[in-house]
Amino acid sequence: MSTGSASEALAPLPAGRRPSPAGGRLRRHGGSALGRGLLGMYLSVLVLLPLAALLASAAKGGPSAFWQSVSSPEAVAALKLTLIVSAIVVAINALFGTLIAWVLVRDEFPGKRIVNALIDLPFALPTIVAGVVLLALYGKGGPAGVDITFTRAAVGLALLFVTLPFVVRSVQPVLIELDGSMEEAASSLGAGAWTVFRRIVLPNLAPAILSGVALSFARALGEFGSVVLISGNLPFKTEVGAVYIFNQVENDNVSGAAAVSVVLLVCALVVLGAMSWLSRRMSAHVL
Amino acid sequence: MSSRAFAPLEAGAFAATEKTGIAGDTSARMAPPPGTRRRWTESAGTARTRRLGLRFVALFYLLALLGAPVAMIFYRTFEHGLAPAWDAITQPNAMHAFWLSIELVAIVVPLNTAAGIGIALLMERGRMRGRSLLGLIVDLPFAISPVVVGLSLLLVYGRTGWFGNWLTAHSIQVIFSVPGMVLATAFVSLPFVARETIPVLHELGTDSEQAAATLGASSWQTFWRVTLPAIRWGVVYGVVLTTARALGEFGAVSIVSGRIEGQTQTLPLYVQDRFENFDTTGAYAAAVVLALLAFATLATMSLLAKRTSRDTLV
Repeated sequence: MSTGSASEALAPLPAGRRPSPAGGRLRRHGGSALGRGLLGMYLSVLVLLPLAALLASAAKGGPSAFWQSVSSPEAVAALKLTLIVSAIVVAINALFGTLIAWVLVRDEFPGKRIVNALIDLPFALPTIVAGVVLLALYGKGGPAGVDITFTRAAVGLALLFVTLPFVVRSVQPVLIELDGSMEEAASSLGAGAWTVFRRIVLPNLAPAILSGVALSFARALGEFGSVVLISGNLPFKTEVGAVYIFNQVENDNVSGAAAVSVVLLVCALVVLGAMSWLSRRMSAHVL
Repeated sequence: MSSRAFAPLEAGAFAATEKTGIAGDTSARMAPPPGTRRRWTESAGTARTRRLGLRFVALFYLLALLGAPVAMIFYRTFEHGLAPAWDAITQPNAMHAFWLSIELVAIVVPLNTAAGIGIALLMERGRMRGRSLLGLIVDLPFAISPVVVGLSLLLVYGRTGWFGNWLTAHSIQVIFSVPGMVLATAFVSLPFVARETIPVLHELGTDSEQAAATLGASSWQTFWRVTLPAIRWGVVYGVVLTTARALGEFGAVSIVSGRIEGQTQTLPLYVQDRFENFDTTGAYAAAVVLALLAFATLATMSLLAKRTSRDTLV
């Protein structure tokens, strides 16, 4: 283990990208090839082979079998629910995430540091625990007096919980860096608070909000642990994509599960790609 | 940020725009009518109300979504005292699940730390072609559902998977036992060390490494004496995130483990099992253990944030 880590870590150093007395000697260091080999093997065993197997399994029966798996009514219902709930959830995230980031950066109140540290809790808390805590308060017999168990609202709530930090954490650093003088200039010219926010602050935050939204969306599309207890996984009602895939695997319909997996994966990659392109374009525009 | 502090600045800004005419068009449109000073004093109250309103909305949202539910589970666990919770968590199956989770962390975290540092060095210091492919592989776990990770591993290492026959012939069991769970956990927690280390390496630059090489240090010495000490807090931060993710992984492990009670059941799987069997005491107690570990993670992250002066965790 330790030799592996050392040689892996060393691999790139002897690349000899600049002329130095030692460069010539380092370039032929044996650890380099060994380290790269080990790392390549690790990533192959762990990531590349399994993903290749997933694609192969989805493609095994040809396009018609793929289409049949993906267009079965239950799969369509699950994918539709996943996409719609995720879209609603990221819209709420964009709004409240920006608001929370704003309050954490521009406002001062006692306990702010603790609130700030707690924002990361959904990342640190196991997803199954997220489901359990939401059920403890908003489930049957909970003190909140509501019962969201087995409803679509419950799916949304679980997704809001696990994706909370994304927008907050991507907006916060931008807001800290944002120069207040632009806003002061605008308000000194008579712009109202809303105008200042809409014309000055929002355009500067937009790339960060978008990238937070994209990460939230990708996460929401695949979320499983927090949803599995709270939603009841009722087909056509509260069954999301990841739960559908899980059920298909349990029922030995592996190729059907693989086909739907590929659809989910492509959705997530498209969203991430599109958002990163858009946010690059926008930040180029603003700065 | 009171209006009084703004007032002189406002006048100054006005004079400047009028003189230079930079924002002539905009200022004409936005120019306040005479009697601005009066409007400013009025809006001070409005501004404070707005600030308090926003604070209230944000904190209420956090309380309803995060604070109250998490507090609730602690209350439920300890409402009848410490004894029932302690009994629930010291059940043999619970203890086994706990130690299995720790075992997975102990295997996965060193593996992913080494791999993460290696990936970060390749991305930042290497001239290898295919760096963008490497970046894609590192980010993939963020785009893939844990359930899909489990399924993919099943398709390679399962009984009917690509290597199924070979593994069976050599009587190696991967799926439904610890090796498969290690793979699942390692897949989902792969990105963290690399992603935390890459920016630190980038900031560091290559000057000191070059100097070390010039002075005759081998690449091995350069790494251990120069590079690693400089990036250690980034690595540690990544290790903390990896640990938290590995401890809590549910979906991927759920598929590859078979969820055999007392054998391949990790602590998160145990929580689900207890909850579905209407043993809420057991489920809550185990969930509280995981929540306490999560709080420990957050505390460590805050401490590290001070060391590394990250701006997201001020």
